[in-house]
Amino acid sequence: MSKSPQTKPRTLYQKIWDDHVVETRDDGTAIIYIDRHLVHEVTSPQAFEALRLAGRPVRRPELTLAVPDHNLPTTARRDASGGKIPIEDPQSAQQLAALEKNAPDFGIRYIGDADAEQGIVHVVGPEQGFSLPGTTIVCGDSHTASHGGLGALAFGIGTSEVEHVLATQTLLLQQSRSMEVRIEGEVGPGVTAKDVIMHVIGVIGAAGGSGYVIEYRGPVFKAMSVEERLTVCNMSIEGGARAGLIAPDDTTFSYLKGRPMAPKGEAWDAALAYWKTLHTDEGAAFDKSVVIEAADIAPSVTWGTSPEDVLPITGLVPSPDSFADATKQAAAQKSLEYMGLTPGTPLTEVEVQNIFIGSCTNSRIEDLRAAADVLKGHTKAHNVRWAIVVPGSGLVKRQAEEEGLDKIFIEAGFEWREPGCSACLGMNPDKVPAGERCASTSNRNFVGRQGPGARTHLVSPAMAAAAAVKGRLTDVRTLD
Amino acid sequence: MQPLSKVEGRAIPFGAKNVDTDIIIPSKWLKTISREGLGNGAFESIRQDPDNIFDAPENKGAPILLAGDNFGCGSSREHAAWAIGDLGIRAVIAPSYSDIFSGNAVKNGILPVVLPQEAVDRLMEVARGGDPIAIDLEAQTVTTRFQDRFTFEIDPFRKHCLLGGLDEVSLTLESKEAISTFEAGRTSDKAWLMEGTGA
Repeated sequence: MSKSPQTKPRTLYQKIWDDHVVETRDDGTAIIYIDRHLVHEVTSPQAFEALRLAGRPVRRPELTLAVPDHNLPTTARRDASGGKIPIEDPQSAQQLAALEKNAPDFGIRYIGDADAEQGIVHVVGPEQGFSLPGTTIVCGDSHTASHGGLGALAFGIGTSEVEHVLATQTLLLQQSRSMEVRIEGEVGPGVTAKDVIMHVIGVIGAAGGSGYVIEYRGPVFKAMSVEERLTVCNMSIEGGARAGLIAPDDTTFSYLKGRPMAPKGEAWDAALAYWKTLHTDEGAAFDKSVVIEAADIAPSVTWGTSPEDVLPITGLVPSPDSFADATKQAAAQKSLEYMGLTPGTPLTEVEVQNIFIGSCTNSRIEDLRAAADVLKGHTKAHNVRWAIVVPGSGLVKRQAEEEGLDKIFIEAGFEWREPGCSACLGMNPDKVPAGERCASTSNRNFVGRQGPGARTHLVSPAMAAAAAVKGRLTDVRTLD
Repeated sequence: MQPLSKVEGRAIPFGAKNVDTDIIIPSKWLKTISREGLGNGAFESIRQDPDNIFDAPENKGAPILLAGDNFGCGSSREHAAWAIGDLGIRAVIAPSYSDIFSGNAVKNGILPVVLPQEAVDRLMEVARGGDPIAIDLEAQTVTTRFQDRFTFEIDPFRKHCLLGGLDEVSLTLESKEAISTFEAGRTSDKAWLMEGTGA
């Protein structure tokens, strides 16, 4: 029942947009229906409070799923007798308690801190089959872009918008422009989805996708698993794009089939028929097109304090003079000072004291397998003070334990933690000390992101494992 | 939300590029369940330097912030807009913003003015000299006492909301019937989509 004419070829983004327009206003703003809303403890309390003050209910509680993740400590949550271990930080405890109360008060399904299904919202949504192709998905978190890996239009929103969606199941939006990022050819050995998206951000810049929705196209993405696609779309926001998506295909459909909240039986058949129409039509025009050769992508690492500060691991710490304009030179100078790096140093000589494997970017089972594969038979270098693995959900954790991956990590000197956002953002007890470096599989290397004064080098899970073994940033391809 | 039509006064000549939301308000401040008081944590890492621009006596309570490209990039935390608002800032002037930040700003009565880098550079010069800057949202202009006059574009809906101090939820609820009609169509056409957590 699409409302737009079928004659003109449309992009995938345009199709999803068209299918969600409730009303278009004279000024071009549209009321867009929201199919799925994920809620976590940090960006929701003020929204629920506003609903209470206005006496408004949640319009469609069954389209909303609440999961705590940001604040939760990743240490044990229950004692031997099953009692709740109190959270030390009173503010974190208060925020978590608020979600635990708000969800049932408003009739929303809540996955609790000790449930096996608990995890990072962006891991839980796809895993439960709550996130589906062709849907609009929002969450008060910019990494909501992740769900685009299933072919959904998914983006982060602020707390006022969280309130808006809870109250109306819609958002008032202006349509974004469309950008195609097409990668031609095949990636080489050791190059993962993380390296691909970091390379893309390096090419388009941290603001390159601003105002756009990106569609990732070409054989590299086609060949990726759903988990790899989630990693790619996750970091769209690091390139400035509020959303990034990949057309759903058989890989997507077989990933979703049988998931707890995915359609079943006849509903599955109806959904599948619809999902198969979700691709960019031949001849559809994008507002912008970026073409990248896969052969140019190497295992990558960030050297600075913006995700665009990315280089192949074979590179050298850049000199500020190597940048074209004066503002970039000044920014590079500041980044290098913060990071404590000297221009000309080979990146493989940079020592790291901390390793973090986790976050909504890289905490799924395939990520843990990739890291364990590198670590097998190795132990972390003596200069690595702290190494942790934080599975993205309780189900990922259980699966990894069934495969014996936990033992590989523990034997290599890693701590094996409970699911949550952990050291990605310095909100819970997992932090990197000031002045120390962390090879991190997370998504942001901002100043102070992993803790005040912490120095973050973004890498793939395999590269993080290689860095743990060598005690410095390492080209995973050179490790035996 | 407080209506906004004119902002006039001192502008903080900050000017930095790619200012991310972790810089605007570090995550440790996000544990609050209130919207208030976040000014204390605004630009915390920068304000550790006693000579920082935000705590300079002349900039206290300045209603305008001048910034570089891609202001507010990173997280979707509305705390960034709340923190800036709590400092007393009612308008930011920059060449570009992250999409999420500019939306959050408008919803909190803060005007994100987009001007080309050259115009921002000129306004930085004026602000450094201690002279005020005037923003007129109705006319979509930024002016100074030196006859500088820059015009800016703004989405008409955002302008309307800012001028009227309007609450978007109330506005959308005026279309409640259209939403119900849409949902009814969904239920007959793609019922599986409406099942959500209940599937």
